[in-house]
Amino acid sequence: MIVRELELDLDAFEGPFDLLLTLVLKEELDLRELDVAGIVLAFLERLAERDELDLDAAGEFLVLVAALLELKARGLFPEEAAELAELEPEAAAEELARRLAEYRRMREAAAWLRERLDDEGGRFFRLGPPPLAPKVEIPLAPQEPDRLAQALRLLATEPPEVSLAHMAMRFPPVAQFLERFRSVLRRRSRFDFDQEVGELPRIEQAVAFLALLELRRAGEIVIDQAAPFAPIRVVRSTQIHAERIGEEIVPRDERTSTWTVHSA
Amino acid sequence: MDRPLRLIASNPLDQLARTLEALLVVASAPLSVHELAEAADDDPERIEAALGLVGDRYREGRSGIVLERVAGGWAFRAAREAAESCARLFERPAQRNLSQAALETLAIVAYLGPCTRPDVARIRGVAADSAVANLVERGLIAEAGRDDAGGAIRYRTTPLFERVFGLESLSQLPRLDDLGDDVDAIRGRLHAVADKRTA
Repeated sequence: MIVRELELDLDAFEGPFDLLLTLVLKEELDLRELDVAGIVLAFLERLAERDELDLDAAGEFLVLVAALLELKARGLFPEEAAELAELEPEAAAEELARRLAEYRRMREAAAWLRERLDDEGGRFFRLGPPPLAPKVEIPLAPQEPDRLAQALRLLATEPPEVSLAHMAMRFPPVAQFLERFRSVLRRRSRFDFDQEVGELPRIEQAVAFLALLELRRAGEIVIDQAAPFAPIRVVRSTQIHAERIGEEIVPRDERTSTWTVHSA
Repeated sequence: MDRPLRLIASNPLDQLARTLEALLVVASAPLSVHELAEAADDDPERIEAALGLVGDRYREGRSGIVLERVAGGWAFRAAREAAESCARLFERPAQRNLSQAALETLAIVAYLGPCTRPDVARIRGVAADSAVANLVERGLIAEAGRDDAGGAIRYRTTPLFERVFGLESLSQLPRLDDLGDDVDAIRGRLHAVADKRTA
């Protein structure tokens, strides 16, 4: 008998035990909603169907259910976990038996209520909201139409327009800067990044920097910076340049031309 | 069946009894003796006596309307013989399809209330949120302030609970000590099951 394949049919869960454990561990199933006794019963029933006691299965099951119970107990009584841990085993057992007895009494009380409900099933009576409290007269403030109009006028003003400027912010395509830097590099073997883009808006500078990284990745340039925040110097990578010189369309460009900051 | 009761005009309680009848037929919730005394502008002892007269007239087998003492007050309800007819026309959302979880929660709140959801969860071993919400919606329990320690909302049963279950007050519930097995009995049962298995 394989414990993990034990089929369960509980209020909160229906399926194999294995799946239940997985869901619990992934915290997709709230242990607090789970009836652990139901799992034990299902296992005992399966066990009873067989003539001999499967010790391996029973042992594995005990370990799994004990772990489940502990997890559930911690979930239910986060602050009491420590308190119970401090108890001696006998005292803890006594405490558990006391709680079990308390629950039994409440179940009996519920059964009594059920019986009572059945006995009193013929009860029909008029129902309504509690009508008894005498209506308290709420004194109205002196009526001042002018003030009302004033208040309404305040409400009637158009609310300030919400700025949507950031929505309109344009991100130029990275490819634009790729082209630009390549053409610069065709004329000169090196340039200073800050000088090249210094006059552009901040957003475009950022995109330009992405283009720089892209060129660096492709091995077309070498980047050099003496210290953080020092000017970035860009040097044409001679080797690669020699390979690509004269090529009108570089295959990489086709891919990167649609590559924008948005998709980054 | 008894002869129809005629309230004799010379009896000084007659008029008071008729006033109480009127108050009770208008009310949609049980009225306490105190409330009746206030409304009828009479003293509580005479109200009790007059209620005796009204109750004698409105009782099972004699009238389709029955006066009963319930939820700490007095109220009219339908006679049991008319229950089937009433059921064809009227819903009773407060008590329809009460689940086992709801009943257990109701019992806990009735006995231990005012108590919080964690109190209920502690006893039942499962989270009580949905059961409590369900009972509040039915009007069988209601909020009753907050816990001193943690500030959790506490709940108690409502007069409607007593009315649905036909209780004069919560003191009519059976004593907890008389319910359920004690610790030894539970332990004994566990042993009995174990013995049966090993046998």
